[in-house]
Amino acid sequence: MEKDKLIFDKGRKGRIGVSLPECDIKEINISEHLPGHLIRKDIKDMPSLNELEVIRHYTKLSQRNFSIDTNFYPLGSCTMKYNPKVHEKIASFSGFTDIHPLQSEDTVQGALEIIWKLEEALCEITGMKKFTFQPSAGAHGELTAMFIVDKYFKNKNDYRKKVLVPDSSHGTNPASANMCGFIVEEVKTNFEGGIDLADLKEKINDTVACLMLTNPNTLGLFEKDILKVQDIVHKKGALLYYDGANLNALLGKAKPGDMGFDIVHLNLHKTFSTPHGGGGPGSGPVGVVEELIEFLPVPLIDKKNGKFVFNYKVNNSIGKVRAFYGNFGVLVKAYAYIYGLGAEGLKQIANISVLNANYILNKLEKVYNCKYNRNCMHELVLSALKQKNKGINALDIAKRLIDYGIHPPTMYFPLIVKEALMIEPTETESKETLDYFINVMIKIAKEAENNPELLHNAPHNTFVSRVDEVKAAREPNLRWYPGK
Amino acid sequence: MNYIPHTEEQIKEMLKSIGVSDLKELFNDVPDNIRLNENLNLGQSHSELELLKLFNNISKKNYNTEELVSFKGGGCYDHFVPSAIDYLANRAEFYTAYTPYQPEVSQGTLQAIYEYQTFICILTGMDITNASLYDGASAVSEAVLMANRINSKRKVLVSKTVHPDYITTLSTYLVSLDLKLNVIPDKQYVTDIDELSKKIDQDTFAIVLQIPNFFGYIEDVEKIKKILIDKKVLLIICVDPISLGLINSPAYYKADIVVGDGQSLGNYQSFGGPTFGFLATKNTWLRNLPGRIVGKTVDKKGRDAFTLTIQTREQHIRRHRATSNICSNQSLNAFRAAVYCSLLGREGFRKIAKLCFLKSHYLAKKINELDKFSVFFDSPFFKEFVVETNMDIKKINDILLKENIIGGIELGSYYPAFDNHMLIAVTEKRTKEEMDKLVYIFKNID
Repeated sequence: MEKDKLIFDKGRKGRIGVSLPECDIKEINISEHLPGHLIRKDIKDMPSLNELEVIRHYTKLSQRNFSIDTNFYPLGSCTMKYNPKVHEKIASFSGFTDIHPLQSEDTVQGALEIIWKLEEALCEITGMKKFTFQPSAGAHGELTAMFIVDKYFKNKNDYRKKVLVPDSSHGTNPASANMCGFIVEEVKTNFEGGIDLADLKEKINDTVACLMLTNPNTLGLFEKDILKVQDIVHKKGALLYYDGANLNALLGKAKPGDMGFDIVHLNLHKTFSTPHGGGGPGSGPVGVVEELIEFLPVPLIDKKNGKFVFNYKVNNSIGKVRAFYGNFGVLVKAYAYIYGLGAEGLKQIANISVLNANYILNKLEKVYNCKYNRNCMHELVLSALKQKNKGINALDIAKRLIDYGIHPPTMYFPLIVKEALMIEPTETESKETLDYFINVMIKIAKEAENNPELLHNAPHNTFVSRVDEVKAAREPNLRWYPGK
Repeated sequence: MNYIPHTEEQIKEMLKSIGVSDLKELFNDVPDNIRLNENLNLGQSHSELELLKLFNNISKKNYNTEELVSFKGGGCYDHFVPSAIDYLANRAEFYTAYTPYQPEVSQGTLQAIYEYQTFICILTGMDITNASLYDGASAVSEAVLMANRINSKRKVLVSKTVHPDYITTLSTYLVSLDLKLNVIPDKQYVTDIDELSKKIDQDTFAIVLQIPNFFGYIEDVEKIKKILIDKKVLLIICVDPISLGLINSPAYYKADIVVGDGQSLGNYQSFGGPTFGFLATKNTWLRNLPGRIVGKTVDKKGRDAFTLTIQTREQHIRRHRATSNICSNQSLNAFRAAVYCSLLGREGFRKIAKLCFLKSHYLAKKINELDKFSVFFDSPFFKEFVVETNMDIKKINDILLKENIIGGIELGSYYPAFDNHMLIAVTEKRTKEEMDKLVYIFKNID
């Protein structure tokens, strides 16, 4: 087989991969209109390929990926559910792709209608009163929420410096709070895997602006004390923030608003089935209770006399967190999903995602360690502590799964579980797939005892084996250079 | 619709295996008083056929630039998107994959993003870049935060000619951090360099300029270079990547960080998103970069391999001490940019840039010949320019719309002082006929 090459090593000068129209106007002398020092003479390091070369190159690359459409992808906290094909078709209508954000309102009523209806649906699902769709991903939503929290307190001349997060929280939580200038403090997890109320009471005071919480939390467990938590937080005048990463488990079952949350972010690319795209685009809309609407980014979308309009008159708005209105193309798919499923369908997502996770938990809790003896919600966290005694770690198990065609679970997270393997099957996986996964996990546990080398060297059949990450970090090679 | 494969029998079997009597019991941890007893008010489910019908109807309420002729730009452009991009980006192996944290099963995405990073470096003339950011506005904001990690002074200067949404976004990002943002006024659609020069002081850590700027004009880079000699401030330049096919890269005028929005590289306008943001800089500042980075290394057997790297900057490792909170970026849009650059290549990229330049100058000249309109020509421009008139721009745009033309941006909506000013963008897609029609309508407006 031909040695694998980068796109820059392919092609030949003179080729081109698109046919462009000829210039249909009289050409002028560019140098008469552009000072010489501004003119770029050539982009000589760009490759020159024809269309087939480009297609073949990237098609071959695609074959080196695992994806939902090709493999079971039980990646905890990421909700890798099936991405319905009809959504891709809908989102590609030219009435959605070929519209400019600054067209007059009259000419984009359909786009505004989509956002408006999605907002209505998300308000119903979460119990919030108003949403912004500007945040482009979950972490961006968190950051937006922190800006809102900050402004809310400053507006009251109540200068609060701290944000609390559980020690099981996603890394983005403390990072987002820090980017907004807050000091982050961690609250401990109790023996049942929930937030430790005693520790929370000790750490909360009137310098705390907000507690950021994921529910179900990152251990896949419902915060049973959520009503006590909201009481403790609100009594000190602080706000309660809902990280929507795990909303899948609660669709149609319970609303964050009813639990006392004041501000939520959702991940449309998790709960609402929009594709992850190999790392994005996502969408992280932020919803708030009545009291916080005045702080949302502009514009909001309102309905006046049957017409959808932009509303820029938001008195205490934080401003904007990106240009225009957000990842609109993603919103179309999320709304199509909700409209297609309806109320009953959404509830069934929660039912079956929780059923699937518990089914796996029940079958594997004797083979692997499980720190908390409770039913889980939509995901479970196992620990490879038993295997660790034999010199096998979570990474080895995860990599061995690849040999069986299964994408590794999330590893070493949450940080409070040693050798963690965080498994989220999602509702779209069949019992047959789960049974296969369970059998493989049992088999790997046996391999760990009898043939540990097999695991240390896994995966065996992939395009590349385990990569040298130390070399990657020590000798950064982050781009191609000509002649190298 | 229903995407759940379970039969009733299987559900029963699974419940039995778990040891619970029904699905409800699995939710026992949810307190009774917050558990919903009734269905959400979201109506019934719909079939695929109904779904397609509804969304087709909604989409038709939008006037789209496939059927109409558009002269709108301002950070989002009607460039041509080659079919091969859709074909490749719609391969499920790319779009249904997660972030490539597991390199053994993500070499496709990883290599493609490594190639994307190279394309951005080639275009901008910089050494390194990351795997993408959300959009141009957030890229400007991240660049300023990055500059402040390098130089910890408190003040950043931003030209008023930078995209107004980008300035608003930046001020949102900075307001909680006790950093000062000063906006430098413009003088005839370009940055007032004397004013800029005066404002640079001991407290300044960075300057943000956009080239071509929001009005389409190219800032006086020679003058800027001069005033920055011996000044310890970082120069952040926001660019339209397409312009780099014809205009010198910001490395030429000594930019420290180059950012921009990548919509024009093979991404649809899509009502403003999803696009992607890019941020490129010098090798020296690698550890200060926000976001994911793909690097090349080897596998256990010594074969070339790609992986996410220098991750100790990132939130999942460093938590609150990370360089940024960004996790998901705009990977698939960056991928589209890589395919776009591959297809156009050395010749095509230049040709597109040249077409934009030539056509915009053709239209500008024609409009300038009209009695009631004038075009600002005193600074060079690339594909966008400002038209001044005494007439109401909104009225003009209404007339154009009746003729199936989406007119330029009404600058008055961003700057009250620029009422009666229209910002017109011309891409390679505009034909002579379309431009002549616009001029004809302008000419005949009363």
